[in-house]
Amino acid sequence: MRVAGWALLFAVLLGLPWVMGEYFVNLGSQILIAAVFAASLNLLVGYGGLPSLGHAAWLGLAAYLSAWMSLKLGLGHWITAPAAILGTTLVACVFGWISLRATGLGFLMLTLALSQVLWGTAYRWVAVTDGDNGLRGLSRPAPFGVSLDGATAFYYFCLAVTVLAIALMAVFVASPFGAALRGTRDQPRRMGALGHDVWLIRWITFVYSSFWGGVSGLLFVYYNKYIHPASLSIQSSAEGLLGVIAGGSGTLAGPIVGAAIVMLLKNYVSAYIERWNMLLGFVFVFIVIFMPEGVVPGLKRLWNRWRRK
Amino acid sequence: MTAALSIQNLKKSFGGLPATNDVSMDVAPGERRLIIGPNGAGKTTLFNLITGDLRRDSGAIRLFGEEISRLAPHQRAHRGLARTYQIITLFQKDSLEHNLVLSLLGLSRSRWDAFRPIARYGALNDEARRVLARVGLGELAQRPIGEVSYGEKRRVEIAMALAQKPRLLLLDEPLAGLSREERAAMKELIAGIPREVTVVMIEHDMDTALDLAERITVLHYGKVIVEGTRAEVVADPKTREVYLGD
Repeated sequence: MRVAGWALLFAVLLGLPWVMGEYFVNLGSQILIAAVFAASLNLLVGYGGLPSLGHAAWLGLAAYLSAWMSLKLGLGHWITAPAAILGTTLVACVFGWISLRATGLGFLMLTLALSQVLWGTAYRWVAVTDGDNGLRGLSRPAPFGVSLDGATAFYYFCLAVTVLAIALMAVFVASPFGAALRGTRDQPRRMGALGHDVWLIRWITFVYSSFWGGVSGLLFVYYNKYIHPASLSIQSSAEGLLGVIAGGSGTLAGPIVGAAIVMLLKNYVSAYIERWNMLLGFVFVFIVIFMPEGVVPGLKRLWNRWRRK
Repeated sequence: MTAALSIQNLKKSFGGLPATNDVSMDVAPGERRLIIGPNGAGKTTLFNLITGDLRRDSGAIRLFGEEISRLAPHQRAHRGLARTYQIITLFQKDSLEHNLVLSLLGLSRSRWDAFRPIARYGALNDEARRVLARVGLGELAQRPIGEVSYGEKRRVEIAMALAQKPRLLLLDEPLAGLSREERAAMKELIAGIPREVTVVMIEHDMDTALDLAERITVLHYGKVIVEGTRAEVVADPKTREVYLGD
């Protein structure tokens, strides 16, 4: 059942460019990028019990680093990509060390404050970031000589990265480390008494989660060929968190479904309804009332109930 | 011989109110020590200071000669200290087996492995089931904690501590809330703990607990007021004073 579900999802995603037009293929790419972003945040929120409202920092930072290095330093993608991820991860080491002075609401506020620092920097440090104009004139990489400028080629690139990201995150949460991480979420005090270093487990997860957030940032900047401070904003962080909670935090499929819901409302429905933000609010309220644990666990529950009848 | 646990002039206050007020005590290796005292005497606070859940204000705590009062709780666990909680502190949604696995992982290097599925750690899961069988819960290994009885949860608490083969075991009211039959079974379980393990136990149920203990410490308002063998403590007028009022 579980394997079948994943296989079906993969088959649908694989076949999408054959049935859908370019508009939907591009929408598909955006959903995949949002899915990697939400899934990385889910490691922290869902499995670690650490609600962050600053995850956009990692998407934005990786995107800005990559854009800045290629525009201002003229470096090629093969060096900007790993360097951007490395830079993002190093900043995450420091931000994690600061944020994890607290847990719960304190942690939320610290992640928010630190991401706002980056957001403010992107706006004000015009010499580096071009401020409100954003960095434009970027290109997509061409791995092994394959151009990613076409919608379909880029879509498959995103799909490959997404599958790799989700697979590695699945391995992560199924490992002893993942089990310990869930333990620190449920009974931190007990975990300490059992010999687990709760702080270090959380810090490593913070850095790992930021690493994948950075990967989604690279995809994001490749897709848009443009980066603006808005990507670092609290709204960007909140959309990710919304995706995680709506889809089902602490589940593998949840953030993917949640990200798809948010992206469809934001990019597709918004073409028909001007106040799409309001609709997003209604959908979210609906989910919280009828499936408080999220869409994926909620549907699973309904399915089990229906099958037993 | 070095004491298993040696506490000197330990102090801890909460907002000026002393909870542990200059406590000193030595527990010999292999000893069974009972700590009694009325509510609010500072028994659980003392445990929390020993495990590091609370930081002491002043004083020293030595575990087999090593000063541990500056160490974090997980570091103390790695030096052979284990505890159970008065209020059940288990992983509700996980199976009994998984609870034991988390306990075994705590002292294993494998806890840092982020790339191999935990399901492939056959030895770990086998050991978890073995420990459960030893406390009479083998049949329930796959059941979630939320579905087993209160008495069984108390046994899981002890099993998780014993699985770590500690040198010093702190039991915080292991008999609390149990029925008479469960009490007898629990008493048997505690009596069967090997002598390599030093046991310090807080307990209110004197009838049961007195049989298990060799020496008894009476705490009152964060101070040790009587300490000695069972007979000495029971005969001491200060014990009666604390328990019956003057």
